[in-house]
Amino acid sequence: MRKLYHFHGGIHPPSNKTQSTRTAIAHAPLPTKLIVPLHQHAGEAAKPVVQAGDHVLKGQLIGMPEGFVSSAVHAPTSGTIAAVDMQLIAHPSGLPNLCATLIPDGKDEWAALKPVDYRNHSSAELQHLLRMAGVVGLGGAAFPSDIKLRIGKQKINTLILNGAECEPYITCDDMLMRERAAEIVQGAEMLRSMLDADEVLIGVEDNKPEAVAALQQAITANGMNQEVVAIPTIYPGGGAKQLIRVITGLEVPSGKLPTDIGVQCFNVATAYTVYRALAHGEPLLSRVITIAGNVRHAQNYEALIGTPIAELVALSEALPDTDRYIMGGPMMGIPLPSVHVPAVKATNCIIAASAKIFPPSPPAMPCIRCTRCVEVCPADLQPQDLYWFAQSREFGRAQAFSLFDCIECGACSYVCPSHIPLVQFYRFAKSEIRAREHDKQLADQARVRHEYHEQRIEREKRERADKLAAREKTAQAAKLASAPPLTPQQQAEQAGLEAGRAHIRELAQSEVGHSDEGVTK
Amino acid sequence: MIFSPFISKPDNVAQIMLKVLLALLPGIALYVWYFGAAILVSIALASLTALGTEALMLRLRNRPIAPFLKDNSALLTGWLLALSIPPLAPWWLVVVGTAFAIAIAKHLYGGLGSNLFNPAMVGYAVLIISFPAQMTHWVAPHGLGQGLVLAELGFADQLQYIFLGALPHGLTLDAVTMATPLDTLKTHLHLDQPVRQILDMPIYGQLAGHGSEMVAWGFLFGGLYLLAARIISWHIPVAYLVTLFVIAGIFHLVDPGHYVAPLFHWFAGASILGAFFILTDPVSSPTTNKGRLIFAAGAAFLTYMIRTFGGFPDGVAFATLLMNICVPLIVLYTQPPVFGKKGKQP
Repeated sequence: MRKLYHFHGGIHPPSNKTQSTRTAIAHAPLPTKLIVPLHQHAGEAAKPVVQAGDHVLKGQLIGMPEGFVSSAVHAPTSGTIAAVDMQLIAHPSGLPNLCATLIPDGKDEWAALKPVDYRNHSSAELQHLLRMAGVVGLGGAAFPSDIKLRIGKQKINTLILNGAECEPYITCDDMLMRERAAEIVQGAEMLRSMLDADEVLIGVEDNKPEAVAALQQAITANGMNQEVVAIPTIYPGGGAKQLIRVITGLEVPSGKLPTDIGVQCFNVATAYTVYRALAHGEPLLSRVITIAGNVRHAQNYEALIGTPIAELVALSEALPDTDRYIMGGPMMGIPLPSVHVPAVKATNCIIAASAKIFPPSPPAMPCIRCTRCVEVCPADLQPQDLYWFAQSREFGRAQAFSLFDCIECGACSYVCPSHIPLVQFYRFAKSEIRAREHDKQLADQARVRHEYHEQRIEREKRERADKLAAREKTAQAAKLASAPPLTPQQQAEQAGLEAGRAHIRELAQSEVGHSDEGVTK
Repeated sequence: MIFSPFISKPDNVAQIMLKVLLALLPGIALYVWYFGAAILVSIALASLTALGTEALMLRLRNRPIAPFLKDNSALLTGWLLALSIPPLAPWWLVVVGTAFAIAIAKHLYGGLGSNLFNPAMVGYAVLIISFPAQMTHWVAPHGLGQGLVLAELGFADQLQYIFLGALPHGLTLDAVTMATPLDTLKTHLHLDQPVRQILDMPIYGQLAGHGSEMVAWGFLFGGLYLLAARIISWHIPVAYLVTLFVIAGIFHLVDPGHYVAPLFHWFAGASILGAFFILTDPVSSPTTNKGRLIFAAGAAFLTYMIRTFGGFPDGVAFATLLMNICVPLIVLYTQPPVFGKKGKQP
């Protein structure tokens, strides 16, 4: 029995998972149109390489990665690009972003696939393949996976696969582990090989016994040197830092990455996608999405990236009193500006919300310092103090109390008897601090530019003055040189005038001396 | 909720305060059993004054009145103050104390969640300094009338005294009231009587004052309920009682003739009430567990010092107030290490 550790705090919200695990993953039918955003990952947006009118095949590149942290975007099915323009996307701000709208032709024709044997390629080559295959983390952050495989000089001891799925309602990873454990396990082996890790541990919460069994079976069947670790069910046990702590006992130091302590963590669905990308040459075109909440039948669907959420939700039949939709779970999900936005690589779950399942919270009372929030914080913070400082705009003290170590899991808000929206205050404080640092950076740059500008003006002035003086001198010299030679008579006259001037100068000097004496007396 | 998290526990402030009020009921019931129903009059007066003053202050501060009146926090302050002062006191005593506590100690500091001092204890301090005579006339427990007071008042007579200041013909206030067990102890110790002899007086029961020790048991029972319901954490009550026991124990072992046993200190005065209900006020006590231990230990130390060497019979109120001042400093220096900044790894 592997020894497990604990992280401080945590909560046990009602899990609401059984509704969506009754049936297997269903394949969503081909939608009427696909809206594929070019910025579905952390880092820089992909640059479109297609334009309206182009015919594309399934898996064809439509967005080229740009910059160090970026990933590719592909056509999820064959069809025609109707437009490459700004469309509403799944962001709470409601601001649109650049998307390629694709009208499927129904043939679902693949572009040429190029599977590889990962054992015959260097890590760098495989990373490039994954970048061009659009593989990003499917746990929610959508961070380009190729970057996470660059380890440099650090030794990675442990590769952890995150199958915890601690948020209520979400079951896409659970179903993926139950049905496709073999591919997950093989993907994990590829990741291990690229990282040169010593061991592979797959963390799964103990409320998923079928997933644990399926993974164990796959490990044995494939002869892998991997271990499934069943961890206690507690939110937020699926947070990367918390999972690493529970399984290895190590705490990722504040401000550092897991690789700094020899650990790397990938979601199980990402491992599955890595396997499909390398062994089958398939870019990331689809993912499993849970549709749950105020729907007639909650279900997991394998849906193409770019599927309009409205069409997915229609498959599960949202009930008429649904008032909005949440992408993600009830603890950390984002409210969608509209149901007419496309599913993206980060879409793990859509919850149809209603006043019944998510009742509006009562008005916030003042904080009574009961410290229930402290009891549940998985980052060992003092949420009531962070709230105090954020509210009074004392951002320096908020930072001193480790504001940026907050993972925004929402456990504090969940337990607060005054129903204060605590996480909102931390988001506000963090964004204020970032804005101030940004302003300060701009101000510093402006100051440096200004100082340089002043110096340049000075330098130009000096140069001009020098040039002028030099010109004067040459002009004088030229005048003297070009003047006709003096006749002896003129020379004598000049000498006499000079002598007279010198005499007067002498007199002036001696007079000055007299007058000086007069003054001092 | 328009942003995550979209779910939360249904608990609210009113519920928490209500549970604390319920936890006081066993003690109050025993109080009525041993000392008569006058305490209920005090509690009623305090409740009305508390709610009325709170409504007035909220109006003056332009705040919504209904949500704050419904949160039961003013009621709790009123009840704790009413339980700390003699029940047979003029009506204006409890009214002035409660009004001061709510208006000055709570609202002028910013209202719910912003008070630096425990409002009930501020009210108590104001009363004991301003009206020391009225604050030391306590009711005698039933059935001991013969040895302690000349006569006992019926409930109607008590009401008459509280509201009209009139006593039945032939009785003075001194005839129907007495000093508290702690007060009696202090007075007789000053007369150089040894402890054992003092404790033989009929005012004293098994562990401390007859009747009032039972009330303390009632509050202990309520306090244990608060612990079980996770309304309070164990740090403050345990640290307070243990420190009080240890300090009293040391003095008692050194000189049992002059210093009373530690259990006496537990069950006399407001120790149990203080440990479970007064010091645990979340707003004016530390937010870190280590800080709570220091806070409660300091309060116990001060309680003992004031009781034994100070001028007042009971020290819980002033100990609370003095430690309240130290809370921000205590909290600053007892911050627990944050995840990822703990330095050590297994």
